[in-house]
Amino acid sequence: MAIGHTALEMRGGIFRPMRFNFFAVGLGFIFQTAFLSIRGHALGRCPITNLFEVIVFVAWSIALFYMLVGPGYRLSLMGAFTAPLVVLLQLFALLAPIDKPHRVRLRANSWLEFHASISLVAYGAFALACIAGVMYLVQERQLKTHHLHSIFYHLPPLTDLFAAITRLLWWGFALYTLGLISGFFVGEPLPWIQITCAIGVWFLYGLILQGRYLHWFAPKRVAALCIIGFSAALSLLWGITFTAQTHTP
Amino acid sequence: MNLFCIGLSHHNADVEAREYFAGHVESDRALRNCGCNEALVLSTCNRVEVYAASEKRVSTDEIARCLVRDDTAHRFAPPFYRYEGEKCAQHLFRVTSGLDSMVVGETEILGQAKKAYEAARATSAAGRYLHRLFQRAFRVAKQVRTHTEITRGAVSVGSVAVDLAYKIFGDLQNCKVLVLGAGETSERTIRALVSRGVADLRVSNRSPERGEALALAVNGRAIGFEQWLEQCREVDILITSTSSEVPLLWQEKLAPMLRERIDRPLFIIDIAVPRDVAPDVNALDGVYLYDIDSLQSIAEQSLATRRAQVAAAEQIISQHVAEFDEMITRGLNCPVQSSEHPTVGIVEQGG
Repeated sequence: MAIGHTALEMRGGIFRPMRFNFFAVGLGFIFQTAFLSIRGHALGRCPITNLFEVIVFVAWSIALFYMLVGPGYRLSLMGAFTAPLVVLLQLFALLAPIDKPHRVRLRANSWLEFHASISLVAYGAFALACIAGVMYLVQERQLKTHHLHSIFYHLPPLTDLFAAITRLLWWGFALYTLGLISGFFVGEPLPWIQITCAIGVWFLYGLILQGRYLHWFAPKRVAALCIIGFSAALSLLWGITFTAQTHTP
Repeated sequence: MNLFCIGLSHHNADVEAREYFAGHVESDRALRNCGCNEALVLSTCNRVEVYAASEKRVSTDEIARCLVRDDTAHRFAPPFYRYEGEKCAQHLFRVTSGLDSMVVGETEILGQAKKAYEAARATSAAGRYLHRLFQRAFRVAKQVRTHTEITRGAVSVGSVAVDLAYKIFGDLQNCKVLVLGAGETSERTIRALVSRGVADLRVSNRSPERGEALALAVNGRAIGFEQWLEQCREVDILITSTSSEVPLLWQEKLAPMLRERIDRPLFIIDIAVPRDVAPDVNALDGVYLYDIDSLQSIAEQSLATRRAQVAAAEQIISQHVAEFDEMITRGLNCPVQSSEHPTVGIVEQGG
């Protein structure tokens, strides 16, 4: 709805920010919450037991962060950027044959559930940082080339976008660190590849934040790194979920 | 009851004629005396219009006489236009929506119309007909602004610069601005920036007297011309308009300073001809260089976008005109037949 609405308005040369995209993503968020809640009740645990559920959970986290960050930063157009990512993730989850029940009966482990769920919520923040990064690069390119399209007038100022990127990176990094630490309390051995990948992602985002504060990277590079970082993190998530089928809570 | 509008605007009269018929404090009384039950004078720098409602037809000449301060000095026979009934409503809706303005989509006219209406209401010169007409006009203007992009983008060099600055920095209150060269265009640009909250202004000019005079005029501070380059380490916006024959700033000169401010963008507005800043500066990370041509091109682009929105705005207006016409017919219990208005849509020339 958000994508269609924005595309139609942009095509007509009109875009009224705020309400529609926010409510469209909000409506999707309600449905996702309902789905995860039903699934969670059926499983008797946090619904992140297979790749299908993990992807839905990540899409839900993205919608959650959009609703937290979008209005605060007047980033209503972010809804039009957020929606395609959420739709793509949801479509993939629905169409790919990945909703397979776990082969072994999973034992309840609250630390493991906390570790996995908080890490996935952090992915939501990283995804939003990636989206803000895309918006930054679009706006920056228009300002550099002097070719101002309709979207230019609706995208937030560069400094606001950069502030949003920084804040989202901090949120994501803090939550991911919490997830990583909680992983040490799981009480059962986790695959080394999973641990290595998780630490790899943590280092990657730590490096972006370090580079941002030590002035190693210009804002444009930070925005580009957010996109690269999230693409890498998403690939690693796939790897983690795929290789650790028997260890996922 | 006849609802009509008689006026002069930038479309059909020069400034001398508009000044002459600009109205005066006694205009309201004079209009009532000549047979108008309700009358309102909308007088701006681009137009003088009288919106009125009367039982019998009041001629354009009579209205024109009410607007002139000194009737004996009536030297003009300007081409007053006259719209009646629904054409009058349509004209006002176009005016308040900015469609009839010199710069299509400008919003100042709406405020001026609101002021004129308030003034007429305060003196009871505006009654129920003009009340409904103007209330509807304000609604139409709001709808046009919300549902089209008629007001989008800036259409002058100064306002384009301000818009771009906003898109880079957001809030401009904390921006530091350095003006290099005390030209007229740079002064206009500074004033536009000041109107958006810029407080830290520095002016540097080859001739210190002119620099100081401009700094004083814009409430900024003068900087010695030999120090301007050093200032580039701190400032967010650099406006250059010197008469230098060769560029004053190029990539190699600016690059070392940018290393210290990697996370802070630098917006350079080069309005000098020949240019003060070499174009390759724009290739530097975090630097956004705009010369006079690129600013003008954006202004023209905005104007073209606004013009492209006129059709959509006209559609909204025509819907409201039809509704207003019906409302006047039913709501005010005043049968208005199109046949009763033989002059509908006819523009009378020469009053």
